[in-house]
Amino acid sequence: MTTLPLCTVTKPMFIPFIVAGDPSPDITVELALALQEAGADMLELGVPYSDPLADGPIIQRAAARALRGQMTLQKAVELVPEMRKKGVKIPIIIFTYYNPVLQLGKEHFFALAQQNGVDGVLIPDLPFEESGPIRQLGEKTGIPLISLVAPTSKKRMETIASHAQGFLYCVSSLGVTGVRDTLPETLNGFLTEVKRHSRVPVVVGFGISTSEQVKMLKDYCDGVVIGSALVQKIEQLNERLQTPANKEEALAEFQRYARSLVAPLKQACSSHESSK
Amino acid sequence: MYNVPNENGRFGDFGGKFVPETLMLPLEEIEEELTKALADETFKAEYIRILQQYSGRPTPLTFAPNLTKLLNGAKIYLKREDLNHTGAHKINNAIGQALLAKRMGKKKIIAETGAGQHGVAAATVAAHFGMECIVFMGEEDIKRQELNVFRMKLLGAEVVPVYSGNRTLKDATNEAIRYWVQHCDDHFYMIGSVVGPHPYPKMVREFQRVIGDEAKRQFLEREGKLPNVIVACVGGGSNAIGMFYPFLEDDVQLVGVEAAGKGVDTPYHAATITKGTKGVIHGSLTYLLQDEYGQIIEPYSISAGLDYPGVGPEHAYLASIGRVRYESVTDEEAIAAFQLLSREEGIIPAIESAHALAKAVELAKTMDDSQTVLVCLSGRGDKDVQTMMRYVHVKEDDDVAAMYRN
Repeated sequence: MTTLPLCTVTKPMFIPFIVAGDPSPDITVELALALQEAGADMLELGVPYSDPLADGPIIQRAAARALRGQMTLQKAVELVPEMRKKGVKIPIIIFTYYNPVLQLGKEHFFALAQQNGVDGVLIPDLPFEESGPIRQLGEKTGIPLISLVAPTSKKRMETIASHAQGFLYCVSSLGVTGVRDTLPETLNGFLTEVKRHSRVPVVVGFGISTSEQVKMLKDYCDGVVIGSALVQKIEQLNERLQTPANKEEALAEFQRYARSLVAPLKQACSSHESSK
Repeated sequence: MYNVPNENGRFGDFGGKFVPETLMLPLEEIEEELTKALADETFKAEYIRILQQYSGRPTPLTFAPNLTKLLNGAKIYLKREDLNHTGAHKINNAIGQALLAKRMGKKKIIAETGAGQHGVAAATVAAHFGMECIVFMGEEDIKRQELNVFRMKLLGAEVVPVYSGNRTLKDATNEAIRYWVQHCDDHFYMIGSVVGPHPYPKMVREFQRVIGDEAKRQFLEREGKLPNVIVACVGGGSNAIGMFYPFLEDDVQLVGVEAAGKGVDTPYHAATITKGTKGVIHGSLTYLLQDEYGQIIEPYSISAGLDYPGVGPEHAYLASIGRVRYESVTDEEAIAAFQLLSREEGIIPAIESAHALAKAVELAKTMDDSQTVLVCLSGRGDKDVQTMMRYVHVKEDDDVAAMYRN
């Protein structure tokens, strides 16, 4: 089984999601660095797609902005060494829909990912039944394919969990990505059940957008993915991020916001932080 | 023997289920219930009863005498899906899926629509069965198909405008799927064509094959043999699969007609099989219009019902094995055929169907009078009259037949 470096982590992780090329490739690198400084344990780097079935309006808009800047799957993968050069050390997961992978070529994509130091791949529209060839390529190249389980997974959960690599991504509730005011009351139970089946860390995402939600979830999972809330902040800071005179200040504001969201997580694992 | 899809929903390489994990359970539930329903005589009898008593089936097989005489070639027959309740073949599928939804205890329907025909069909059956109905429709299509939007609202459906992408069918479908992900516990997603993840392509085929089954029976009665050529238009391709499926193992030429828009050598077309490449769209692997990076390209056609960047996976398969020939017809050719049928036979076809007709006319001219061409007239043109008004200046002395005389 392929493993991620993070599998050794024993405290809840902060996993931010940002879209490659939103608002520009260079700024994506700086945002990643800001997130690492804010305590991110891993980064999900989203590849913009024209027809994202699992995404809500905030990430759709970010993808549209990045596509206008000609971002592609290959260019997103090639951002990883750029991030490394700037000092990003945390594992980087490429989050992409399946069609761009097919067009780049499955083998070519994994070779490229390996060459550029990608730590994992997540494909939200590739369910377990269709994932065989990709899983094999992942094993061959040592890049885990992250599996997702949803509240509707039921009988499938055991099968998915038993094949999970890297970590297991739990979709918090029915629906696409986006900020939610409330998470379902059944979520903690769902996470507990997933943990019972899983041999890898269990991470929860979709809709998590406040520090209160993070606080509520931290005892039931090994990590929290925050996407839309951060992407929305990037959207708000878009102009300032792209104005040289305001960029540093905007990055600092972004970082403060990220820190505030995951404060409960970081307090919980301050001992982990100091040992890092 | 023709026996696709397999248990994984594959038509050869095509088809499958490429959806977010959340939708895997609802798809399995639909598949399970569909299998039971198709083996259940009571379900089938109820489906046929509603088709007969509510929709007006069987639809007639109409010989086109004036067109045949004008072309001086093969005899042309029309399968009159335009005479269905709500004006198109779409109602066959909507009735079938609504019955299945009812069987599954779902009371809320989600649908997407381009030209509005599937939206109207979904809204109609929802009213008939006392269900709620939400129809997603691209803002551009809402403008193009004002009349159908009004009909859906009259029928009690909520029409949700979609502002993403080109604001047409592709975007409405994305939005419908995204909405379904959120509401899959109590909503049934009624897809309007033989597209989407398994089991939709198979399910829609099963509910549309009534077109071909009836046509085969009627044709044999009338001509004592099968047609030489069958022509149907292909956007997603539900009328075409419905028509072709019962003939796949017969010695009949099958021709699917895609929208060439302003020409397949321009960027403005919807000729997916002719010009597309393999990829994943709306949950299934098929041919689609995309750029080299896998971003989906917005299609174009004068017909809101045909401008879809993908195509049903079974059509992709039939093209790959060479069983069906897929060709394309431009806006201009479709407009001419639209006028021709109106003038010659007193039948105003949907612009979608006019694409099939244009190809049928072209083929018939090269054949002799012992041969026959059957065209699936998938819908009527009432909804397209406003669109046509923008393209055509009808003059009383226009001789639209002149260009077709042999």
